[in-house]
Amino acid sequence: MGNEEAVFYSRVLTELTLSFHIIYATIGVGVPLMIMIAQWVGIKKNDEHYILLARRWARGFVITVAVGVVTGTAIGMQLSLLWPNFMELAGNVIALPLFLETFAFFFEAIFLGIYLYTWDRFENQKKHLLLLIPVAIGASASAVFITIVNAFMNAPQGFDVLNGELVNINPLLAMFNPAMPTKVAHVVVTAYMTAAFVLAAIAAFRLLKGSNHIYHKKALFLTMKVGLVFSIAAAIIGDFSGKYLAEYQPEKLAAAEWHFETEENAPLILYGVLDNGEVKYAIKIPFALSILAHFNPTAEVIGLDQFPEDEIPPLYIHYLFDFMVTIGVWMTLLSLVYWLGIQMRWKLVHSKLFRWLIVLGGPLSILAIEAGWWLAEVGRQPWILRGLMRVEDAATTSGHVDTMLILFSGLYLVLGVGSIVVLTRMFRRNPVEQELEDRHATKGADIS
Amino acid sequence: MTLEIIGVTVLWTFLFGYLIVASIDFGAGFFNAYSLLTGRQHILTNVIQRYLSPVWEVTNVFLVFFFVGIIGFFPKTAFYYGTTLLVPASIAIILLAIRGSYYAFETYGSRGHKGYSFMYGLAGLFIPAALSIVLTISEGGFIEMVNGSPSLDYYALFTSPLTWAIVVLSLSAVLYISAVFLTWYANRAGDLEATNLMRKYALIWALPTIITAAGIMVELRTHNQAHYNNMIDIWWAFGLSFLLFLGTVWLLMKRRRYGLSFGLLVGQFFVAFFAYGFAHRPYLLYPYLTIYDSFTNEAMAIALIIAFIAGLALLIPSLYLLLRLFLFNKDYVRGKKDNHA
Repeated sequence: MGNEEAVFYSRVLTELTLSFHIIYATIGVGVPLMIMIAQWVGIKKNDEHYILLARRWARGFVITVAVGVVTGTAIGMQLSLLWPNFMELAGNVIALPLFLETFAFFFEAIFLGIYLYTWDRFENQKKHLLLLIPVAIGASASAVFITIVNAFMNAPQGFDVLNGELVNINPLLAMFNPAMPTKVAHVVVTAYMTAAFVLAAIAAFRLLKGSNHIYHKKALFLTMKVGLVFSIAAAIIGDFSGKYLAEYQPEKLAAAEWHFETEENAPLILYGVLDNGEVKYAIKIPFALSILAHFNPTAEVIGLDQFPEDEIPPLYIHYLFDFMVTIGVWMTLLSLVYWLGIQMRWKLVHSKLFRWLIVLGGPLSILAIEAGWWLAEVGRQPWILRGLMRVEDAATTSGHVDTMLILFSGLYLVLGVGSIVVLTRMFRRNPVEQELEDRHATKGADIS
Repeated sequence: MTLEIIGVTVLWTFLFGYLIVASIDFGAGFFNAYSLLTGRQHILTNVIQRYLSPVWEVTNVFLVFFFVGIIGFFPKTAFYYGTTLLVPASIAIILLAIRGSYYAFETYGSRGHKGYSFMYGLAGLFIPAALSIVLTISEGGFIEMVNGSPSLDYYALFTSPLTWAIVVLSLSAVLYISAVFLTWYANRAGDLEATNLMRKYALIWALPTIITAAGIMVELRTHNQAHYNNMIDIWWAFGLSFLLFLGTVWLLMKRRRYGLSFGLLVGQFFVAFFAYGFAHRPYLLYPYLTIYDSFTNEAMAIALIIAFIAGLALLIPSLYLLLRLFLFNKDYVRGKKDNHA
């Protein structure tokens, strides 16, 4: 049997697992921080609404984190099952962050169990909040360590290859590779941003669907504010990512920006379509690519002409890039207008249309995360380890990958549908108005 | 001690940890499903909700730790085991996913959805069966090299008595370990009915466990002479394990000291598990892979060991806190407090 089949199905299965996992992983990294902020604000302002907000988010979080854990276990094992040759090499050089990730995950799991089952067990609410800190740290640290492994795949270093043998291995140098700072920062910050906008979408949806309770207004204001802060951070880090790519992975940047010829004063191509190698209907911003790549409008940017045909990533990543950036900018503007609107008492931000736009922002943010990861992974092609190992040389030789693909598709379907059904049922059965009444929570001020 | 031995001891210890905590978890799921069938529900449901739900993620991490750690310390295992274990490991992951989601979904979803409870209970039996296949494969004789890459001979695997002996041992050990633990836990919770039921199950599963364990020794004599001889050399360790086993059963029969009884059981499995592993050394996979030729480079090994020690310093106090709140807290165990979010 030619191994192309095994390679193809291994790629499809990995893509499927990652695309599914990343939804839950992103929420899993971002939501603990949001819970922490809400509970802290609640304690500070002595406002039961925020405390209940934290409590209800924590309940929903249990469901998403469970799916995140089991799909995370799946991708962890699939790396070895589907890409054994890659993992053999990676095990030698980049095993340290993988190993550290299990500790971070361990730490998070222990304290999440404790946090969830100790509501109202302490006289002092602050003690309970303290238990959440290890959860938030563990969740973010997991993201940091795993992203370091992905960064290594893009910019491998910390070893030499001598006659086909790995020598001079330095695990720390491998961890702190050039791709690491921008990639890690981007992943963590966009996870916070996405979690905030997903929670904002839920609050806006409740406001649209009949409930005008102040609880939802507080939730919306808080999440939009946090979303705004992290979306600005994401934009700044995105700019640095461009500079990293120009220096270390110019073919990825060139493919994403359809920059074919190496030139100075390079313009940035936005949108457009590719027709027989010709760019049509695009917006050209003069000098912008040179600025993005080198902070200098006249700088030379390396184009695809510098690379052999079989080392150029697929050009459709340009669409992924545009999609991701457009949503990022859109959400920044949306949350900025909302925040200004609250300060200036604009009617606009309380309109139905505006709230629907916020609702739409939740799924859009998730789609931006997906587009970002597809861009990152497809943009590294044909390499699994840039410059050293091609994807087709890394895959398993097993003939059963197609069957496993069917099995896992079924699993993700069950988990996806199950988590949505359980989440909606959970909050439908116990609406916040009811719960507030049950708890006699009257200590709640208006939005400041 | 060489770095190789340190590495493999760390991994083996975590696998042992998984063996105990996961057995408790898997067995409880099965007993729960079984009691649903026989109309004795709610006896165990409570224990599962109160003890297993808060710790299931922690149980899962023991396994993740093992398979990530083994790639770190012995990267060549990725090539041999990664290629050959695609099917059994994928099945195990899918079953683990069903069980993991059960804890989260059932806590808030419609409790007592029977179909899901049965799936959860059955999955708990299939997972140890699927995972124990790895131990069988490691004895050698089931992997051939085809065009330079390893390939698993399913026919030989599924027709070998060794395979089935190990599968049966994994199942009866899961039920035995779980029943002994739950006897103790139910007793602490002051639930007499559950205590008696679990004590009965524990005594039922004690005998099959010890018989299949002995049977595997016999099988190994023909299947893997070298491993068998190594085990005979340390016969006293297995003898000690057997004495601990007798101690557990005696205490259970006399209805005395359930806590000590569980302690002796952990000792029994600890001694047998490490004696088995010690005799298996230096092979990770007969005859292709030893801990020496598959070991990672020195720099990585030292980095991993340092990370491990630092990690333990963080984990042990946290684990202690977890156990103190959910296992050793009388009010919580007895169901007097419910502080769930």
